[in-house]
Amino acid sequence: MALGYTPVDDDLYREIILDHYRNPRHHQAVDPADRVIEANNPLCGDEIDLSYRLDNGTVAAIGFMGRGCSISQASASMLCEAVTGMSVEGATSLAERFRAMLTGDGATPPDGDDIGDLEALRGVRAYPVRVKCATLVWNALLEGLAATPASPAPATRIEK
Amino acid sequence: MSTPVATDPGLDVARIRADFPILEREIGTNPLVYLDSAATSQKPRAVVDAVDAYYATSNANVHRGVHTLGNEATDSFERARLRVAAFLDAPPEGLVFVRNTTEAINLVASSYAMQLLAPGDRIVVTVMEHHSNLVPWQLAAQRRGLQLAAIDIDEDGRLDLSTLDALLAAPTRLLAIGHQSNVLGTVNDIRAITERAHAAGALVCLDAAQSVPHMSVSARDLDCDFIAFSGHKMCGPMGIGVLWARPELLELMPPFLGGGSMISRVTLERSTWNTVPHKFEAGTPDVAGAVGLAAACDYIDAIGRDRIHAHEMSLTRHLLDVLDEVGDITIFGPRDLEARGGVVSFNLADVHAHDVGTILDRRGIAVRAGHHCAQPLMARYDVPSMARASVYLYTTHEEIDALGEGLGEVRRVFRV
Repeated sequence: MALGYTPVDDDLYREIILDHYRNPRHHQAVDPADRVIEANNPLCGDEIDLSYRLDNGTVAAIGFMGRGCSISQASASMLCEAVTGMSVEGATSLAERFRAMLTGDGATPPDGDDIGDLEALRGVRAYPVRVKCATLVWNALLEGLAATPASPAPATRIEK
Repeated sequence: MSTPVATDPGLDVARIRADFPILEREIGTNPLVYLDSAATSQKPRAVVDAVDAYYATSNANVHRGVHTLGNEATDSFERARLRVAAFLDAPPEGLVFVRNTTEAINLVASSYAMQLLAPGDRIVVTVMEHHSNLVPWQLAAQRRGLQLAAIDIDEDGRLDLSTLDALLAAPTRLLAIGHQSNVLGTVNDIRAITERAHAAGALVCLDAAQSVPHMSVSARDLDCDFIAFSGHKMCGPMGIGVLWARPELLELMPPFLGGGSMISRVTLERSTWNTVPHKFEAGTPDVAGAVGLAAACDYIDAIGRDRIHAHEMSLTRHLLDVLDEVGDITIFGPRDLEARGGVVSFNLADVHAHDVGTILDRRGIAVRAGHHCAQPLMARYDVPSMARASVYLYTTHEEIDALGEGLGEVRRVFRV
């Protein structure tokens, strides 16, 4: 029985993803926070607590805690880096475009859409069972921002 | 005159593999290496054909009507019951067909624990149980005001039986325990444990989902009161499973589901129940599933459960060796082959099991990754997830080698 294998170009585990996984940015709870969102994937056990503080309609501080696979943790780290300083509208738009990149039908967002380093996660699209790992924290962000404006509020719990 | 020494040549795995059409599949451009039989086994042609033949030649509803096909279908269903009972070495009148192990245990939780136990009584489980042998008891405990306690494990992944007698003492009425852990591979000494439970006045509900497919399991020998297992992990179809219970217990227990087939006489006001085991089989059953499960019993017995077990133990030894060679692997569960079956869970350095699973899948290797429906056990080891490789009669030593090479690639990708 032949058990040879065909090597695959690493379209998933890009250098930048592994770097964010090994050295996560913003890996701390924001305190005090306007919102804390607990996101869980009961299927695989990924857990992320996303917390942020808004100032004048912009994301002044954001951080995450939790544990999970490289994709979920790198995605959270990259999210925090990307949306810091963004307006609520800008962050919401970015999250929607990010989700569309991984889950939308067709080529949305267009290849030209500039989402910066987040582009590195586009490869997840080819791994359907891992898409939820990448979108978990983004769904948490959208859940939180949808409830904005928020003064100190009870934790929201979402399960994807 | 000397008697020739009998030597078992072992399984002809190439011939067995030819019985399983799915093993010819490729994943991408790689041959499938299926190391997830503890989740569900693949199905031999004989089982697929038995299901097919039932629908093609004998399909009709059972236990109703007088026509020839109905009689044939009923006959097929009841012969399947006898066949599966014989496989389990158990009286057939205690054998209830259900959907799966989960439903079997829910039946016991519902019709025994919630009905025949009293508030304050205690059910004992173990920390290594699958959620299907834990959550139904939690529900029963909440609804009936029962207590729940758990037997812990030692560092080797074996049950810590030092507290067993204390836990089994009054008010314990039931011990719910797995035969073989779906995570650790640990095989529990059910016969000895059941003896102690019975001595303390507690019944035993055995989750045999991971043992019945892989070793000879005799209900008479183990002496348990309830035994649950699924067809799909033992070469049978999905959607058919078994609860075996002592017939005298089934007599005492009220029905689980109400409806057709399970009744004796029905008026607008009240009903009386069919005899056991039919009292617990409401509605049209999965006749084709039962026929397929009987065919699976035939298939396994034609090869021999002892020979299958010996093959799996040889694979497991090789698997443990290969994992050691990969390096930086944490193996959860006993190293001693005497204490385990062919299910090995592990983690590689600090790489998450899902990343391990994805990289292996790219090479066509299917392993399980996650919490394995055993979150309390993940918490006990303080890990979010584990990767798990499991073997069966069609697994080859070369496939275990392929796993080792795949794990080498995980090390390269993650630079660990």
